[in-house]
Parts: sequence; C-alpha cells; structure tokens
Amino acid sequence: MKTIFKSLLAITVLSMVLGSCGKGDSKKNGALSSNAAEKVYVAPGEYDEFYAFLSGGFSGQLAVYGLPSGRLFKVIPVFSVDAEKAYGFNEETKPMLNTSHGFIPWDDSHHPDISQTAGELDGRFVFINGNNTPRIAKIDLTTFETTEIIEIPNSAGNHSSSFVTENTEYVVAGTRFSVPYPQKDMPINEYKGNFKGALTFIAVDPKDGGMSIKFQLMMPGFNYDLSHPGRGASHGWFFFTTYNTEEANSLLEVNASQNDKDFIAAINWKKIEEYVNNGGGKKAPTKYAHNVYSDETHSATSTMKEEVLIINPSDVPGAVYFMPTPKSPHGCDVDPSGEYIVGSGKLAAELTVHSFSKMIKAIDEKKFDGDAYGIPILQYEATLAGAVKQPGLGPLHTEFDGKGNAYTTFFISSEVVKWKLGTWEVIDRKPVFYSVGHLMVPGGNSRKPFGKYLVAMNKITKDRYLPTGPEVTQSAQLFDITGEKMEMLLDFPTIGEPHYAAGIPANLVAPKSKKIYKLEENKHPYATKSEAAAKVVRKGNEVHVYMTMIRSHFAPDNIEGIQVGDKVYFHITNLEQDYDVPHGFAVIGAQTSELLIMPGQTETNIWEPKQVGVWPFYCTDFCSALHQEMQGYIRVSPKGSNVPLTFTLDGEAVDAE
Amino acid sequence: MKKSKILMIAGSLLLLGLFVFPLWNITLEAPQYPIPLGMDIHINKFTDTHEFDIKNINLMNHYVGMQYIPESIPEFKIFPVVIGIMVVLGVIIGFFGNHKLFLAWFVLMCVLGTAGMYDFYLWEYDYGHNLDPKAIMNFKNPDGSVMGFQPPLFGSKDILNFTAHSYPRLGAYFLFVGMMLTLAAFFVGRKEKKA
Repeated sequence: MKTIFKSLLAITVLSMVLGSCGKGDSKKNGALSSNAAEKVYVAPGEYDEFYAFLSGGFSGQLAVYGLPSGRLFKVIPVFSVDAEKAYGFNEETKPMLNTSHGFIPWDDSHHPDISQTAGELDGRFVFINGNNTPRIAKIDLTTFETTEIIEIPNSAGNHSSSFVTENTEYVVAGTRFSVPYPQKDMPINEYKGNFKGALTFIAVDPKDGGMSIKFQLMMPGFNYDLSHPGRGASHGWFFFTTYNTEEANSLLEVNASQNDKDFIAAINWKKIEEYVNNGGGKKAPTKYAHNVYSDETHSATSTMKEEVLIINPSDVPGAVYFMPTPKSPHGCDVDPSGEYIVGSGKLAAELTVHSFSKMIKAIDEKKFDGDAYGIPILQYEATLAGAVKQPGLGPLHTEFDGKGNAYTTFFISSEVVKWKLGTWEVIDRKPVFYSVGHLMVPGGNSRKPFGKYLVAMNKITKDRYLPTGPEVTQSAQLFDITGEKMEMLLDFPTIGEPHYAAGIPANLVAPKSKKIYKLEENKHPYATKSEAAAKVVRKGNEVHVYMTMIRSHFAPDNIEGIQVGDKVYFHITNLEQDYDVPHGFAVIGAQTSELLIMPGQTETNIWEPKQVGVWPFYCTDFCSALHQEMQGYIRVSPKGSNVPLTFTLDGEAVDAE
Repeated sequence: MKKSKILMIAGSLLLLGLFVFPLWNITLEAPQYPIPLGMDIHINKFTDTHEFDIKNINLMNHYVGMQYIPESIPEFKIFPVVIGIMVVLGVIIGFFGNHKLFLAWFVLMCVLGTAGMYDFYLWEYDYGHNLDPKAIMNFKNPDGSVMGFQPPLFGSKDILNFTAHSYPRLGAYFLFVGMMLTLAAFFVGRKEKKA
C-alpha cells in the first residue's frame, strides 16, 4: 500500500509539472478559441456532420446527439421503461423487458457499438449492454428503436460488452462479476476457484441482424472489465482486460489491488468457433430471455431459452492466453491496424501497449511464465510493444484518429492525452472538467476512424453549468483533433451518466432513416386499417376497442356499454401516412402511460375503469390545427348494467358484434 | 421517303410519350411541407410525386371542405383513346397524305388540346369551389364571397399557407414537340410541292 501512495505522490508532483506545461497550451488555445463557436455552430435548418450515440448509464437508455453542435435529438428507450414513448407500458413493448427474473423496468446501459462490415462502420445497428441484469440490446438505425434484447445467462455485471467483431460476426459480452457456475447456494468466501467468469459470443445474423448465443467461454473467476476485438491481422481474436485476479470477494478496492499485474485475456474466437462448428462444447441447461420486436406486427415477443453451449478454455488448446498487464487494467483498446492493444492500468504509472505480432511470436516460441487455471501466461516483456511513460494519472480508455495518434483519458488527473503510436511520445494534453471516463472519436473503434472530433464524457460536473440542486447534469466535452494540438470547442450536457459512446458520419445513417410505417404492411393482429373497420368487441369482461386515429379525430369517439371491472384494450392504429404526424392517446385514470403512435403503427393500452361516469380520452401530440378537438368519451356503467355496447362517430351508431 | 412525311410520322409518334410520362403536375408548398406535396396528372391516372402525396393532399384539403381527388375520372378513359386515334391517324396521313392533311391534323390536334385544357380547367374550378358546407374552416374573399381554392391552370399561385405550382411535365413536352414537327411537316411539304 505504502509503495502505491509513494508512487501516486511522485506522479502527482510530476503531473503538476506537466500540468503547468498544459496551461501554456491552453493560453495558446485561448487565442484560437475565438473561432470555437464557429466550429460548433450548425446554422438553423442545417445538419450536423455526425451522429453520436451516448449511453445513458443509469438511465438505461441511449441518447442520440449531433456533432459538432452537441444537440440532443432523441433518447432511445432500451433497458428502462419510458412513459413518453409507452416503452414497457404498452402491450407491444412489455415483452422487450422480460428476463429470466421476470419483467425488469430498468438497467444500467454502458457501451454502444455500431455494426461493422470489413472493419468499417456500416450504420445498420447499434448494440448496447445492460450491466445489471445482463443483456445485450440491438437498435435498428432505420427506425432508431430497440428491436432485439437478449439476456446473458451465467453472467453478472455485464460490463466488458457489447463490442462487435469487424464483420459483426459476433457481439461480445463479458462478465465483470464472476459468479458460481452453475448458480447455487454456497458460502461467499469460497469464491476463489469456484466462481467463474463467462465470456459470451453472440452470433449476429448477417441478413437480418438476429442475435443468438453461439457459445459461452467459462473463464477463471476474475473480473472481466472491458474488451475490444482484433482487426486486420488480429481479426479473429478478442481481448479482455481483467482485474481482481486475486479473486477477492470482499473490500475489493484493497484486496483486488494487490497483484502487481493482472491480465489481458487474448481469446482466439475463430479457433473456438471452429471447435463449436465441429460439434465441440457442452450443452448446459440454463434460462434466458430472447426478445424480438417486429416492425411489421409492431409488437415484441419474448422467448425463454433453456440451453447454452459451454466451452472450457482447456477444451480448446491454443485458444486462450493471458498477457500480464500492470495494475488492474480497465480500458482494452485496439488500434485501427489491429497491431497494438492498449491496456490502461488504472493504478499504473505508465500506459502499457501490447503488440499482436509479438504476442503471436511469443505463443509460437512458448514464452510462458506459468499458467492460471491451465491458461498459459505469456511473458510480460515478450508481448510488450512499448509504454507511454508518465502519461498522467488513472488511465482509463483510448481511442484513435487513424493518423497514427492515440488519445487516452485520465480520470485522476482529469485530462485527455494525445500520444503517438510506435514512438509512445506524448504530443499534447488538455484538461477536462472533470474526471473523464470514456472518450469517443467517431469510428475510433474501427479500421477507419473519422479523426475530426473527440468527445470526452466526464464523471463529475460540479460547476460547469447553472446549478440544479444537489444533482447536476452529466457533461461531455467536444474537442477538435484535426491539428497537432487538441482544441476544446464545447461543453454539452448529457442524460444519465454516459459511459462509452459511438459516433458515425451522418451520411451513413440519415438516408436510410424511415419516415413512416406503411399501413398496408401493418401485420398487427389488432390493426384497424380504415375507419369502416373500427369496432368494439366484448369477450367476457375484456373489451377490445379497434380504434383509428387521423387528423383530427378518433373513430369511434363515443363508446358506451363499458362497465366497472372491465378490462378495456384500446388497440389504436394511426392511419396517417405522412412524415412526422404521430398521434397520442391518453385516457383518464389509466395506470399505464400515454401511447405515442407513429403513422401506420398500431399500439395497445389497457384501461381498467374503477369509477362509474363518462370519461374523456384525447390526443396528446399536437397533431394539427384541430388537435384540441381530437378527443372522445367513454361511458362507464355499474357492473351488470344493461346499457348496450355501442360505438359511434358523428352520431352514426353501429351495434357491437 | 420525303422529309415532310418523316416529320409527320415522327411528330405523331412522339405523342406516344403521353402514355409513359405525366402530362401535368401540381405541387403544393407549405411551411409544414419542406418536401412539397405533389400530384402528377397522366392521360389515364393521377399519381403521387412522393408516395402517399395524394392521400395527404386530401387530408389537408378536408379542412376547407374540398372533395377528395377521385381515384379515376371519365377523362382517363377518353384521353388515351383520343391520343391513340390521333397517333394512328397521323401515321396514316404521314404515309399516304399530303401537306394539307398534315395541317388539318395539326389544327384538329390544337382543337382537341384546347378542349382538354378547358376540361381540365372545369375540373379544377369544381375542385376548388365545390366545397362541403360543413367545412371545418370557411374563408371569405375581401368582397365577402366564399374563397375558392382552385389551383392555377398554369403558373404559381398562393392559396392560404400553400403555394400551388401548376406546370407541364415531360409528356406535355412530347406532345408539344410532336405537334411542332407536324406543323413543320406542313411547311416542308408545301415547299417540297413547289419545288
């Protein structure tokens, strides 16, 4: 412990010296910053150059921003219910949040990653992990909606996720918390040797993006913190940082910080895939939910899966190696060429960079330093490409600009440092406000980064904005990285707490964005495609209202014959086929949320009236000049009343079926 | 073959373009429609400029009580037949007729064209003036008369929040060039005879 404090003190002094150099730079930037406003100004009606998808952290969602303006466009509900969009409230999306633990209304979303083809962003999907109840979600970038969520069994603290291989063959999910495998009732202090860390490889269907778990690799009970895929020459490998190789089960801040070096696990997934394709692995019983949303039925289904394929590292010799990496490494980042693997030892004095080609050579020459649970440990020096000396304090994450430079965040010294791959020299450092976690360069985790902007996502905000009580907004900061020195351009507030983010040129996504859902393609079982087809049907105490909405009325808009104790299903179809004409629906006393229905879509709200009376419903989205007129009434009679079931529009009554 | 005959035949055949390309287009611009709503008028049908435009024009127009644009109108049965006959007639005259008949064909086509435009005007007038008495919104002209919403026959016109544009499309250019060729056929044919 003492040595840690001493080295921390030494580095603090050093960083103050370096910090003073930094101030010199910021003065220079002061002169430059006169045009910072111009660089982030996107004139009214103009478009941003990039989309940025920032994880919502403990909000469980994914936020869509424009860069360089920092304007928020949309919060996509992913793992948490969203009353605004009825996500998790309407009948159609409730199955999306189903898990083996039942309906879960919240999660902690961390690391978005955009699908790739040939190592380059292809703009089809964003994947993101739910950390708490382990899940991976897929967001379709034609609709900007969550269309698939798969639960990860045998995992806990789904943190080293959800990163994609260079042709989106797999999206990978690793467990941060090792757990008993299979789960069982056992003493916690028997962790060591008994808990396991599952690394899950989820195959992505190249045609429709459908996800399915190909295999789970049962690793020793370490904490698998972050990961990234190999690319180029290292395509076929995946790299995971580990900490708590001590296998402590209590007071981890101390007990998991004892080993001088933890590991980066190098996984040859191609080799394991081959093993699996040849019938290898053991099918094990388990339980996990697979939830899929269809744009045709506008509904989700949840299927409970009962089996998963388990691989032990010892089953596939030569597929798994450990590379010693100093001091509880956090970020595990692979440069665009695939040659360098950067391990950010959170407590280390330097930034460790491994070489993929040296790793292969070390494996060939069997330069091992023992093993851990049978997994060979490569000699530290044998894989080391170099180290960035005295880069700052508390390195976390690194991104790349595609011009041979790397950018690393330092949490403790609160800065972003630019350094050169190969020479490991520090080129520039800029303070951030405050304590940066992840950073993002659009395409910075691919073969082809778009090295124009860098977004730093900070963990602490303090005084950067007008105060809003004890809880203040989270903050991101935008840098121009086109020059030799970085230039801070903008602060912008973010939702929840952003962890990782993914950015992409707008022109790879915007042209494919859907404007409406075609009514003729609506396959919702309760769709009502014309006003003439609207009806109300009673089935015992269930009443199904087949309703339509179009500017500016509901059909029907007067319903009678409902009774206290009924369960009323409003199945509402928006008949509009025009861009940006959603209609909303809300009814007094509903214990759900509103519905917000896009053109051509059908959604269902359940209403269980508890009081006799005549109750209004109305459109919640200001849809037209006569939006205020878009309303209706539903009459609720006492239970057993003989008021007939009728539904009308403009006084024209039709008897119920 | 004589040059005039070739011109006459080619000119008549150009009318066939009307079966492929729209004759006319009406486009409506408004602040809420940065991508304008548009309708192409063919000799046999109405079509959307962008998918669902006609549905959305109808939705807009119902506020002021305008009727829905019909799926079909009687003209869509008549126009293709008339154009078809004129093409066949033009080709026959081209082969066997003389320059006087060329001129006769041209004059007949002018008469038919004018009748077509007049018919179009009548439809437009009815469309813009025959309003539902229960219309959601009623607008009066400064003189107190009920405001109509007739799109212009040709050109651009502001109607409430919309700017309506009414212009010929590729089919009309085929018609125009074709007719000009038949007129040229008359003059060339007359010259050929003198020579």
